[in-house]
Amino acid sequence: MDETKEIPTPSADRRDDAVPSAPRENEIVSKEEESDAEDAGNEKAPERPSRLSRLRFSKKKDMPGGLWLKCESCGQVIYRKELEEKGRVCPACDFHFTLPGSDRIRATLDEGTWREEYADLTPLDRLEFSEKVSYAEKIQNTLKRTGQNEAYLCGRGKILGRPVVLGVLDFSFMGGSMGEVVGEKFALAVELAERESLPMISFTSSGGARMHEGVISLMQMAKTCAALDRFNAAGGFSVSVMTHPTTGGVTASFASVCDITLAEPGALIGFAGPRVIATTIKQELPPGFQRAEFMLEKGMIDAIVRRTDLRDTLAKLVDYAGGD
Amino acid sequence: MSESPKSNEVGVGGMAFERPIEEIEAKISELESLSQSTKLDISSEIDALNKRLREQIEATYARLGAWDRVNVARNSKRPVASEYIATILDDFFELHGDRAFGDDRAIVTGLATVEGRRFMLVAHRKGRTTKERLDCNFGCAHPEGYRKALRKMRLAEKMGLPIVSFVNTPGAYPGIGAEERGQAMAIAENILAMFALRVPILVIVIGEGGSGGALGIGVGDRVLMMEYAYYSVISPEGCAAILWKDGERSPDAAEALKLTANDLLRLGVVDGIIPEPLGGAHRAPDDAMRQVKAAILSALDELALVPPDELVAARYRKYRTMAAIDGRFPAPPSAGRADDR
Repeated sequence: MDETKEIPTPSADRRDDAVPSAPRENEIVSKEEESDAEDAGNEKAPERPSRLSRLRFSKKKDMPGGLWLKCESCGQVIYRKELEEKGRVCPACDFHFTLPGSDRIRATLDEGTWREEYADLTPLDRLEFSEKVSYAEKIQNTLKRTGQNEAYLCGRGKILGRPVVLGVLDFSFMGGSMGEVVGEKFALAVELAERESLPMISFTSSGGARMHEGVISLMQMAKTCAALDRFNAAGGFSVSVMTHPTTGGVTASFASVCDITLAEPGALIGFAGPRVIATTIKQELPPGFQRAEFMLEKGMIDAIVRRTDLRDTLAKLVDYAGGD
Repeated sequence: MSESPKSNEVGVGGMAFERPIEEIEAKISELESLSQSTKLDISSEIDALNKRLREQIEATYARLGAWDRVNVARNSKRPVASEYIATILDDFFELHGDRAFGDDRAIVTGLATVEGRRFMLVAHRKGRTTKERLDCNFGCAHPEGYRKALRKMRLAEKMGLPIVSFVNTPGAYPGIGAEERGQAMAIAENILAMFALRVPILVIVIGEGGSGGALGIGVGDRVLMMEYAYYSVISPEGCAAILWKDGERSPDAAEALKLTANDLLRLGVVDGIIPEPLGGAHRAPDDAMRQVKAAILSALDELALVPPDELVAARYRKYRTMAAIDGRFPAPPSAGRADDR
């Protein structure tokens, strides 16, 4: 049954000229992680998933400056400005759209408190991985497009006055995929938190491991857990917030083993991407499969928190972690 | 060749690059049966063919590409966990179940002895016959398999036994039940927990090292790989499907992913390579298993000398610095304090 390892069906059309900050299908992913996360919004029209996802990510629709866009989850056509005003939460179904990393930091920390660390680390093409364009070239293009050196942003900041270390895995940079530098920055962030006795607050949106870095990506699952293990032994406190989508090697490592795991409503959370599963088992997936609500019901996360309540919740959890 | 009556017993597995080898093998067996039935002495012809066979195998295996190696690793005659257990272990007492959901047969765990060394065996199980393969889901574990492994590894720690892990999986199973029961969470818990275990962990990739499903029992003080095993973040088929939307390009993907034993040794992800008999483990399973046994003995003896604190600290350092080979990253600030944990 070698089929289990086949991951056919990459359906979303992928473009190399990405649209700034639009969550797009991710090129990365590993095997199980094949996170066509976006595809998951699809329960409504299982008959044509690939076509749907193509629509959803068509340039016209998601072009910045376009006035309207369609909700990934309920299909409602939303006025872009209204969506932005609501913090990228669908006014019709409350689906929480993926937030670009910089927006996430802004939405989480007190104004003016963000001090980024390790921002200079940039991805390495150790395998000299080549497809249509080389990975090295892809890195350069993504750097230019996003103005960021990697998918992981980390540093110090304050949440309602409480100092924390914040790390954000940003889907808009190569699908938030975890390569060597993402793993390294997470580990460095955890170590910073340990040194300064601060809580570690981790946000994720990711398709999983970064294929272009091969087994080195895979080893980041071990590296991030190694750092967390030491942090735990030193009495550190960590909170993971899984946002849409968090899949593959990221879910199967640091995102799932923080002290408290939260999720935003509707977030896709899983190991294998829904398309991989549907292909493997050759049947339709149940409605709501792998959504935050589903994972809560199955006992896999501690709580679902709406975006507007996250700051209060994180501050409260940090207070509890201080003991009585 | 496929028409040969002997084709089921030689070569095998539909590996195109082995066809010249299989042809010679078929010819040899033809001559052998001829000499038996006719009592003619054609041993010199047979000897000549055997020599040619050896040269052909040497030549073929000297230039195996990454994709060929993936196929050798998946070869249906390659030794699997149950054969290692039957062949190299002096004693094995299987311990079933995760005491929560079920007994995942894709991972076998139990108390094992080899030449006086006792340890906990944790191994992906692929099975040999079709029934066995189905039974253990072709080596694709569910969360309960990883939780079973974790329970037994913790038991090993309590009993003061080292852990030997055999990795051989296409990947953790991608299914509804697996997701419902937290496949990602189970693997993550295992990886985290393996950093804290105060007994030696030896990992040997004996066939397929399929991504997170492999790493879920794959964090070790020593990680060894058999010569024709592979270890990858994604299957070549999956990679080809994503990059080129074309499964036919799996060979290209296999090359690009750098998934062979030599690649992994060079990248510092594995610590050593266990040589296989000429022409791969499927050609001489007993020899291959003997090599693995020797590797287990020497690694266990070596690790037995390391005090637990040092073991745990070194394991942390190994993975914390694994990819930072050129010193490009800032040194981990806490690395120096690894021992005072």
